Amino acid sequence: MCDQTFMAATFGPCDSCGKASPLMNIYIKSEAINYCSFCVEMMACQQLQKGETLQSLKKESDSLKKKLEEERGKLNDVELHQVAEKVEVLSSLSIKTRRVLKGHGNKVLCVDWCKDKRRLVSSSQDGKAIVWDAFTLNKEHGVTLPCTWVMACAYAPSGCAVACGGLDNKCSVVPLSLDKNENLAAKKKSVAMHTNYVSGCTFTNSDMQLLTSSGDGTCALWDVESGQLLQSFHGHTADVLSLDLAPSETGNTFVSGGCDMKANVWDMRSGQNIQSFESHESDINCVRYYPSGDAFASASDDATCRFYDLRADREVAVYQKDSVIFGASSVDFSLSGRLLFAGYNDYTINVWDVLKGTRVSILFGHENRVSRVRVSPDGTALCSASWDNTLRIWA
Amino acid sequence: MAEGSKDQGGVGTMDPEEDSPNMIVYRKIEDIITRIQDEKAGGVAIRTVKSFLSKIPSVVSGADIVQWLIKNLSIEDPAEAIHLGSLIAAHGYIFPISDHVLTLKDDGTLYRFQSPYFWPSNCWEPENTDYAIYLCKRTMQNKARLELADYEAENLARLQRAFARKWEFIFMQAEAQVKLDRKKDKAERKILDSQERAFWDVHRPVPGCVNTTEMDIRKCRREKNPHRVKKSVYGVADDSQNQLSPVHISSQPARKPTKEDVQKEITFLNIQLDRHCMKVSKVADSLMSYTDQFVEYDPLVSSVEPSNPWISDDTTFWDLEASREPSQQRVRKWGFSLEEALKDPAGRDQFLKFLESEFSSENLRFWLAVQDLKRRPFREVPSRAQEIWQEFLAEGAPSAINLDSHSYERTSQNLKDPGRYSYEDAQEHIFKLMKSDSYARFLRSNIYQDLLLARKKQPADTEQGRRTSLEKFTRSVGKSLTGKRLTGLMQSS
Repeated sequence: MCDQTFMAATFGPCDSCGKASPLMNIYIKSEAINYCSFCVEMMACQQLQKGETLQSLKKESDSLKKKLEEERGKLNDVELHQVAEKVEVLSSLSIKTRRVLKGHGNKVLCVDWCKDKRRLVSSSQDGKAIVWDAFTLNKEHGVTLPCTWVMACAYAPSGCAVACGGLDNKCSVVPLSLDKNENLAAKKKSVAMHTNYVSGCTFTNSDMQLLTSSGDGTCALWDVESGQLLQSFHGHTADVLSLDLAPSETGNTFVSGGCDMKANVWDMRSGQNIQSFESHESDINCVRYYPSGDAFASASDDATCRFYDLRADREVAVYQKDSVIFGASSVDFSLSGRLLFAGYNDYTINVWDVLKGTRVSILFGHENRVSRVRVSPDGTALCSASWDNTLRIWA
Repeated sequence: MAEGSKDQGGVGTMDPEEDSPNMIVYRKIEDIITRIQDEKAGGVAIRTVKSFLSKIPSVVSGADIVQWLIKNLSIEDPAEAIHLGSLIAAHGYIFPISDHVLTLKDDGTLYRFQSPYFWPSNCWEPENTDYAIYLCKRTMQNKARLELADYEAENLARLQRAFARKWEFIFMQAEAQVKLDRKKDKAERKILDSQERAFWDVHRPVPGCVNTTEMDIRKCRREKNPHRVKKSVYGVADDSQNQLSPVHISSQPARKPTKEDVQKEITFLNIQLDRHCMKVSKVADSLMSYTDQFVEYDPLVSSVEPSNPWISDDTTFWDLEASREPSQQRVRKWGFSLEEALKDPAGRDQFLKFLESEFSSENLRFWLAVQDLKRRPFREVPSRAQEIWQEFLAEGAPSAINLDSHSYERTSQNLKDPGRYSYEDAQEHIFKLMKSDSYARFLRSNIYQDLLLARKKQPADTEQGRRTSLEKFTRSVGKSLTGKRLTGLMQSS
């Protein structure tokens, strides 16, 4: 965790304005300075006053991009799958459907597990979110929201609340009551407000903060109790479709992916974009961290899933096949990171060997697009949500 | 049937929306369809089949299609080829000549290819008036093969009620279409009729079948060219023809980058250039060793003791995890890294207990307190931050931690305007300290080794010891979590 090579943002007084804030350690003409993000931007704009034209700036940017590509290329001394040849081939998996959760009246768009490893919350185009004990198939709570297409839902770490949002441009937190007769929607509290649909949401390591991604091109961190915006993240040039929090206990980063085909890694403290990856050929529908937090995978409409390492700052694997032509909507890793489960618009789930790059298995069963796949917190099962109105548990 | 020009909108110019999500798949399918029909280049044989007294023109068997897919798309499992073929059918590119249900069968069932005029990539959104005309015209022709299926008869009845006032008009259009059709060659008509039917099977599917024209609403808005949407199959001069599709809203053209944008980009690129990165060979080794280390704990790859609850319906595995007696395998995980030890509540407890025995628990308690601070609601943060300062860093603090002067200075500066991240530096410093010093000793300690080697311990002693350290922890950090939540966390471990 402490070996992360992203820019070490320290916290302290800024060299320029003196305010205490997260600092970026940058080099100006090989001189190291520590500026807060506001002063960095001021400085960047001041450079412009030195009579630079848009064209000359673009030229500079292009030459830097080329240089960066060259430098990174030098590190690409071998392919991951080549190094992984010495890894033992996986014995064939016998993953089957173990549960089918029926109850939604329309497409299931999102699912999230509870930390207790057996409960989950799912949300649907029919405007409802349902909390299930997936083990017993028991529906424990139902929340009706005033909008259709509830595209995002998340279970709070305490297990006492869920968050959901979608076409209403909001993300609301609903405390789960033990009283079955209580109307949960009445206690619903709007936390996040975006100017376009909410595509993804997750609690940070507590019930008190919510991180959201939106069709308005931004991500945002909210204080649940007050609804206050704590930090916003700008940088995507199109809808943001997905986000995932880094798994580290002290982690302060998250990754997002969107319709601009980019996957960006952000520092939650400063709001800065730390790293950016652009190798997909179409919308990135889902991003998910590898369990160690050093890498992440993405699923895209270009029918590929890709694997990026943060330390090498590049794509290190592509998971694709001639026969897989439909877009991938969602990915998740197994507990050890050896398997990558990917849900596709061709109603299947492909299971990829992360290291070797080969497909290990296809899971058939759903009768319409798979919108989301999630491995349970202890890795014992995979849950898939689909446009066929059901969820399936695989193990 | 109006076989009009393909482009009702543009003048045959390159479509700027080529990369909208649905279009990507359509183009790939069309590539497959084109190749599969190219007999000279290894495609399937499309022929006329004799059946009783008539001939069936331009068909191919399902088995042939499946074989072609297996061979040309490197597919190993026929089930996969059948599944892919069924999807290609469901999207309307191939269809069985005697069934409304669009799936592919790996046998002698006969299939035909759809006319490019009807391809989904032409952005069809046919209206109900057209569907009414179509069903109506089918009833006018006295052919067994054109008889309406039950669901179609129901649809027709419903449309008659809905368009009661317009029905004369619809009837007239249907008659006109029938006249046009009669002018065509018999064999050609068979083919065109079937293609037309397949088109409607896609846009008005059999009840229970997937409607493949449904779109993901997040992607809809970006279809930039609403005029490209084709609404009328029969050239009906409907005033609805020029209406924008409700689903295709013009989005703003992408903003042109400004000087500030490019300058920001340059700053970003400079930062990236200065970053120290690792070679792929090195990260590959790291990824492999991480996965290798955890593979035995991965229930979807390795078997778990006694069984995976989802498979056996037996929750013993979960009960064991929740019990206060961690298994040897779980204790071994704490030895992988300090992160792993702290991730597991039982590991955290044991480490704390060890530190207490050495009278050096303030580091871990500080680390835990800062973690808790970051999880507080916004309004509680400043006071909590002050409390932490008083407990761990102020002069004469009861649990004084050892920070280097630089971090200390920084932290005390941060506290002038206390926030969730005021202690980031200090926390990182303390973590490094624990990692290099006390964690290593913990792994060598009796407390850890006893658990790892499952040595018998005195039950009375350990029970006491654990409670004490837990009590101390709760007291020193303060009432950070409600009792309910704390129990909840404990139970979920």
